[in-house]
Amino acid sequence: MLLSMNWISDFVDLSGLDKLKLINQFSLSTAEVENEIFFKGSDIEGIVVAEIKSVDEHPDSKKLHLLKVDAGDGSLTDVVCGAPNVRVGMKTAFAKVGAKIGDITISPRALAGYTSYGMCCSEKEIGISDDNSGIMDIAEEVKNGTDIKELYQIEDIVFEVDNKSLTNRPDLWGHYGIAREFAALADRPLKPLDTVNLDDYKNLPKIDMKIEDSLCQRYSCLQVENITKNVSPVNMRIRLFYCGMRGINLLADLTNYLMLEMGQPMHAFDSRKVEKLRIKRFDKPFVFTTLDGVERNIDENTLMICNDNTPVAIAGIMGGLDSEIVDDTTRLTLESATFDAVSIRKSTVRLAHRTDASMRYEKCLDPEMTVPAIARFVKLLTDIDSGVKVVSSLTDEQAFNYETIKLDFDKAFVNRYTGIEITNDRIVKTLESLGFKVKLDGDNFSVTVPSWRATKDVTLKADIIEEITRIYGYDNFDINTVSAPILPVRADLEKSAEDRVKDILVKRYSLHELHSYVWAYHDEYKALGIEIEDNIKLVGAVNPNIETIRKSIIPTQLCQVKYNTGFSSDFGVFEIGRVINGLNADNLCNEQKKLAITLFSKTKSVEALYFELRGMLSVIADDIKHKELCFESKTEAKSYQHPRNLNTIICDGKIIGEIGIVHPTVSKKIDKKAAIVYSEIDMRDFAQIANASIAYEEPGRFPEMEIDLSFVADKFSTIKAAIDEQNSSLIKGVSVSDIYTDESGKSITIRIRFSHPERTLTGEEVKEVTDKIINTLSSSGVMLKQ
Amino acid sequence: MTEKLTAVKQSFETELAAAQSLDELENIRVSYLGKKGSITELLKGMKDLSVEEKKDFGGKVNVLKNEATEQIALKMKELKEKEIEREIGSMPEFDLSVPANLSRGSYHPITLVQRECERIFKSMGFNVEDYSEVVTDYECFEALNIPKHHPARDMQDTYYLENGQLLKSHTSAAQNAIYKKYKSALVNEGKPIKAIFPGRCFRNEATDACHENTFFQMEGVMVDKDISISNLIFFMKTMLSEVFKRDVKVRLRPGFFPFVEPGFELDISCAICGGEGCPSCKHSGWLELCPCGMIHPEVLKSGGIDPEEYTGFAFGLGLTRLAMMKYGVKDIRDLNSGSLKSLSQFTDDE
Repeated sequence: MLLSMNWISDFVDLSGLDKLKLINQFSLSTAEVENEIFFKGSDIEGIVVAEIKSVDEHPDSKKLHLLKVDAGDGSLTDVVCGAPNVRVGMKTAFAKVGAKIGDITISPRALAGYTSYGMCCSEKEIGISDDNSGIMDIAEEVKNGTDIKELYQIEDIVFEVDNKSLTNRPDLWGHYGIAREFAALADRPLKPLDTVNLDDYKNLPKIDMKIEDSLCQRYSCLQVENITKNVSPVNMRIRLFYCGMRGINLLADLTNYLMLEMGQPMHAFDSRKVEKLRIKRFDKPFVFTTLDGVERNIDENTLMICNDNTPVAIAGIMGGLDSEIVDDTTRLTLESATFDAVSIRKSTVRLAHRTDASMRYEKCLDPEMTVPAIARFVKLLTDIDSGVKVVSSLTDEQAFNYETIKLDFDKAFVNRYTGIEITNDRIVKTLESLGFKVKLDGDNFSVTVPSWRATKDVTLKADIIEEITRIYGYDNFDINTVSAPILPVRADLEKSAEDRVKDILVKRYSLHELHSYVWAYHDEYKALGIEIEDNIKLVGAVNPNIETIRKSIIPTQLCQVKYNTGFSSDFGVFEIGRVINGLNADNLCNEQKKLAITLFSKTKSVEALYFELRGMLSVIADDIKHKELCFESKTEAKSYQHPRNLNTIICDGKIIGEIGIVHPTVSKKIDKKAAIVYSEIDMRDFAQIANASIAYEEPGRFPEMEIDLSFVADKFSTIKAAIDEQNSSLIKGVSVSDIYTDESGKSITIRIRFSHPERTLTGEEVKEVTDKIINTLSSSGVMLKQ
Repeated sequence: MTEKLTAVKQSFETELAAAQSLDELENIRVSYLGKKGSITELLKGMKDLSVEEKKDFGGKVNVLKNEATEQIALKMKELKEKEIEREIGSMPEFDLSVPANLSRGSYHPITLVQRECERIFKSMGFNVEDYSEVVTDYECFEALNIPKHHPARDMQDTYYLENGQLLKSHTSAAQNAIYKKYKSALVNEGKPIKAIFPGRCFRNEATDACHENTFFQMEGVMVDKDISISNLIFFMKTMLSEVFKRDVKVRLRPGFFPFVEPGFELDISCAICGGEGCPSCKHSGWLELCPCGMIHPEVLKSGGIDPEEYTGFAFGLGLTRLAMMKYGVKDIRDLNSGSLKSLSQFTDDE
């Protein structure tokens, strides 16, 4: 919202004060002011009122005229002018030689064979409106040579307040409310609004008006007639223009002016069209044409202003075309009302039509403002057009009751909340300057909230704290730390597991951490031939491509791998992110936190890559939990999973995840030749696993003995089981030293380490154990390699 | 016999002088001093000599044997030194101008700034909390004093799910659970609630260089008996000075958020121009950084905490924005792009 410093100064005397400093203070205490401040009129100089004394046709041009003007300096000046509205005796704005308009300095200039010693100006050229249809037409009584800046309020400081920062301040949607803030900040009195006394008309007839729907909180109206003027005064139009509005005609300008001044939207109807004013909703939808000529669909939730049963305006949003003021309108009905803010906002959204009026109504306007707004409107109107007659008494109806808000608190409360010392005097003064009524009894305050702050803004004691502190100034606060007991902060198990997993994968395995979205991208999945698993969906997403929430990170990760195939021949990525696996019994989402890893390689065999990934997972389990992993083959594969070598990962007897190869169809779409393997671990399940404590074992003092044995076997687990079965305390470790395939099939060479804590082992003792292992295995068909 | 001895001595000395390697030296040792070596043989050949001769000749042979042993040892030392020298000489000079192979991984920039913030807050005694991405309407709005018809609840801003839950639109959605989690420690043990909760948030909107539907925030709260605005400013200033590793100036302006009262927009002095005004701060010298405020009494009440007895402050830091500021990322979409060209650049930064 644009604000004029001249306008504010109508209501508070700010003379002698640094205006820019005040604006900055306003930004820090009230609402955010945009950085650019406009110094209106500073770019024009030397423009005076001049009278056109003669007008001659230009011999070679149909458009140009040759003028002699009297700029009040005792001689006539020759001017060549292209404006269509020139006439003898007209007074206009004249830029003399040497005058400045923006970056241009006026100098004598040849135009089609004649020299022009200056320029007659339109309002647009001076920067006071967008009217460029002709040169300015100034009242005859003004003395020639008068500086235009003395004649009109062209010089002004205009600043813009971010509308978002006014969301909760319905009182700040007009200059008067803003002036109240400046008065409080500058510690100067706020002047009352100059209005007519509506009681003067109380004997006139009432308007036939009735609120039939409580969505209308208050409706005030008054009829006037005998308006003879059509054009607003220049100063009024300048203010409207500076504040971002176009001048239209006196009535439209006045309603706009009043809205910008008091924040109260008003509307003027042709009284013939609103003989029986009714405010209500309709049972059935219909089409309504607003005064901008647009046909709009009105539904049963939209509040309408009606003439009996004929809608004439959308309440709080826009008037109708049919009830607009027209040329033969003689009597006007002025509307000043408040409506339910939520209802207005919803209607605005439904109609996709936001107006200056609806923007204000959405903020919960002060219902006590409707009547003063009418009184002010009539005052402004009669000041401009003295013949105007009020022909009805004030007709005012209220459809809701609100209670005055009173808040009680004491000094200790203020001290506790602010942490600084603010005197009682200062508290009283601040609140009173903002319109609060304050009673102070010792250290106890009793505060009455003014109506313009009471609609939703100030309802609690904490709200009062804000009023006191923002005017006090946050820059003036002493800042202090707290006094609280010092207590240890325990690291969260899950959080630290997450951090350590990331460190291992990045630092030890050079993997890259990526983030992906929580939903499945239909297009990307489709391109890779991945089926979207059925899961809970978003409702009304802006992008329909992202409807379904993912059940696993892997598919989204594969889409990312596809995107990065050109990055390197070998790379690995990981993410710790969320997935949803359907709904729990309580109908709430089963959200899970997963670690997903995908490895991509064009140089390694899929087996080598698979084992690399297995190694990473084992290191994670060993490093963080001091636990080993087991794997169990899984048969049920999803669309992107290779059915072979799909294994569940088991730690501490609990399934914590999966490891697998990407299905060849998907894999080939990512890269024709690359090996791609993946794993996904449930981070919460993993974090819950108890950390095995370190079991220290004295290093043996006697030599170890190592025995290598080769078996024709398919899986090491078979051999391992046979060894474990012996339960021999002499066995200190088993490792695989070779795996190879020859004519007798796959062979596994293992190395067993033996030792005894108290003596050197004999060959016989060791052989006894190995023989048992060999026998156990051979009895189950696994033969020792000869 | 004496001639024989002289001949053996001469040939030994000649061969020894000619020896070039340790292997040759070993051969020489064996051929003279070994079991069947020439010098050993000399002693064996003494059996035909008289006792007198034996004594005399034996003595000479022993002298020769000792001399030979000593000379071989000397020669060995010499040859070993030569060998080391040769090894040193044969070592080529390496070309260190060849770039090193930095096969290294990367952290997501959010992880980096998040860890930094967590470290700072942990050092000030704050708990780091984790919270879900899917929350209820109650957690996200109701408990935060956001009324039923508030624009923030509009469908166009929030991702609602079929079951009525939603993807959290701000980390404040975790506040209620955190108050409930720690309120007994607060009330019974006098332990202030000090917690931060970083997390991913979602807004149902179209994306561009400045807007993302998925982004990270970090919320922080502190609740105790006498937490004041003065404390809030202190913590924000201290924390932000740590984050930016300089003494930042902070500025509070009124800001409206339903879950705080009073609510503030916090600005920090612009690091680029030092407050003079530059394009980064739109010539104001200040950067709007984080909303904060005193926790609204209704919000405390929803968390089971009596607002007449306790007060607190809350703030929300845009982790995504912080990461963008810190690393000069201009397009917000880079962060979720999954592109290794951009994201592989972020390494451990603490």
